[in-house]
Amino acid sequence: MSKNQTAVKRKTRLSLGIIWRQRYLLAMSIPFVIWLIIFKYIPLWGWTMAFQDVKPATFKKPIFEREFVGFGNFIKAFKDRLFTQTMINTIGVSIIGIAIGTLAAIVFAVMLNEMKFLKFKKVTQTISYLPHFVSWVIIASIAKNVFNDGGVVDSLFNTNLHLMSTNSVLIWFVIVFIDVWKEVGWNAIIYLSAMAGIDPGLYEAAEIDGANRFQRIWHITLPGIRPTIIVLLIMSIGGALNVGMERQMLLSNPLIEDHTMVLSWFSYKRGIGNSDYGLGTAIGVFQSAVGITLLLIANKIAGLLGEDRLI
Amino acid sequence: MKKKVSTVDYILVLVFAVVIVITLYPFLNVLAISFNDATDTIKNINFVIPRMFTLSNYKYVFKDSDFVMPFVTSVSRTLIGTLVGVFTTSMLAYTLSRKDFVFHKLFTVLFVITMYVGGGLIPDYLLIMRTLKLGNNFLVYIIPGMIWVYNMILVRSFIDGLPFALQEAAKIDGANDFQIWYKIVLPLCTPVIATIALYYAVGQWNSFMDTYLYAQKLPTLQYKMYEIMNQATMKLDIHGSSKVTTAVTPMSIRMAVTVVATVPIVIVYPFLQKYFIGGMTLGSVKD
Repeated sequence: MSKNQTAVKRKTRLSLGIIWRQRYLLAMSIPFVIWLIIFKYIPLWGWTMAFQDVKPATFKKPIFEREFVGFGNFIKAFKDRLFTQTMINTIGVSIIGIAIGTLAAIVFAVMLNEMKFLKFKKVTQTISYLPHFVSWVIIASIAKNVFNDGGVVDSLFNTNLHLMSTNSVLIWFVIVFIDVWKEVGWNAIIYLSAMAGIDPGLYEAAEIDGANRFQRIWHITLPGIRPTIIVLLIMSIGGALNVGMERQMLLSNPLIEDHTMVLSWFSYKRGIGNSDYGLGTAIGVFQSAVGITLLLIANKIAGLLGEDRLI
Repeated sequence: MKKKVSTVDYILVLVFAVVIVITLYPFLNVLAISFNDATDTIKNINFVIPRMFTLSNYKYVFKDSDFVMPFVTSVSRTLIGTLVGVFTTSMLAYTLSRKDFVFHKLFTVLFVITMYVGGGLIPDYLLIMRTLKLGNNFLVYIIPGMIWVYNMILVRSFIDGLPFALQEAAKIDGANDFQIWYKIVLPLCTPVIATIALYYAVGQWNSFMDTYLYAQKLPTLQYKMYEIMNQATMKLDIHGSSKVTTAVTPMSIRMAVTVVATVPIVIVYPFLQKYFIGGMTLGSVKD
């Protein structure tokens, strides 16, 4: 909080007088609060649909006149023939993504931190951000050139590897590879800024004690960014089920959909594709509920291991 | 710090060179294919210098109303969405930066909560398509995503860092709160306004899911590209085959569109990195 405003910061109690005095502030903020309620809070109220039978015909009915089905939609979702595979895909692609993505970003950040030719470091860093700013559609279009049958990789190895046309877990790795390629430079920034906060005296002392470069990385740099790593890991575990439908759908094709389908996409497919709004919402609610649980568990484990907790 | 350069440093340079090649090669490959003769491309697509140079892919794209309209839509939503976003976000941020505002705390909490919980895909879809009936309406690109709470917090913390005395002086001179925002605070916010303008612009230009979900009849360039990717065969003779002398294929068209969609990003992103990185370290949600 800014020190400049302490003079003004007296207790402001709600009264007609103050509302009149602050009418401009009210006029400048209330429209956005209304916007917020419509676009952010009304959809939250829509979670009630997860416990109701809602189809296009019954959507118009007032909420209390729709048929309540309890956990019926959830049971329907779990019994769905696509559910188990979708769950496996979501968790699989997520865990691989978190593991490889985190590792790659840390390694890249350490390398940038060690780079002594500063101009070259800057150029590399700038280039590494480029894919981050490019949309997933463009990335998908580019990835198809590289990984499709007869694409760049195939022609490089002079064989047909079917990287994007094999209906197996191979596609998880291809997707993770593309994702890491897109985001590694960007994700390294936060680790780099954590490294910038490490006391340079530590490195000097280590050098005097005769520590070589790898020892300095291992004993100073990595422990220095440890809290950052933990916080980011907790957050990404909390988001483990929130694998975006956009990326999955764009990098997929009907041949390999069995292994690219994830929860958000499944929710769309059932909710809007099959017009079963209740079922689609239930899948979304399930995803959020598991996400919060995972976040709390990861947070608890971090606490038990003596690390800084997020919450 | 003394700088002894050792073998490890040269190995690092080598590794970085590889990183640069892996990052840029796919982009250069797309660029080369987009300028290459389409029938020649069928043989092999692994090249970064056009083998048979041609502009026909671009000529096709810029003549075809199928691509011109989406291009116009993309540009419009980027311009309008950015303007609306910057205006509304900075105005709201100003009111929430005023600690003496009665609803300062309440409104801030209401906004911050939505960063962590949301209704999700289906409730959003039903609100926009069934309740508000915004489907295939240009407003669907502007209104629902008008304010990013994260951007609002960026602006608010920037305003918090400005000397409050300026506002008090203006107040004594008889300015109302709107005038204080518009005439005093806003001009001082240029750096943070530039940051969020770039955020909004890139977000708008790159946006795909909203078209896919809500406005397939109002396609953007991104959506058009998705359509081409998913078409095995494409109608390429919309103008009558006589006008197109050189053959184009879905692949060559897709590459030209990919380049057109990427160029604006490549132009602005060197500026982005300066502002973005400042924004990332600033983004604390604490009050």
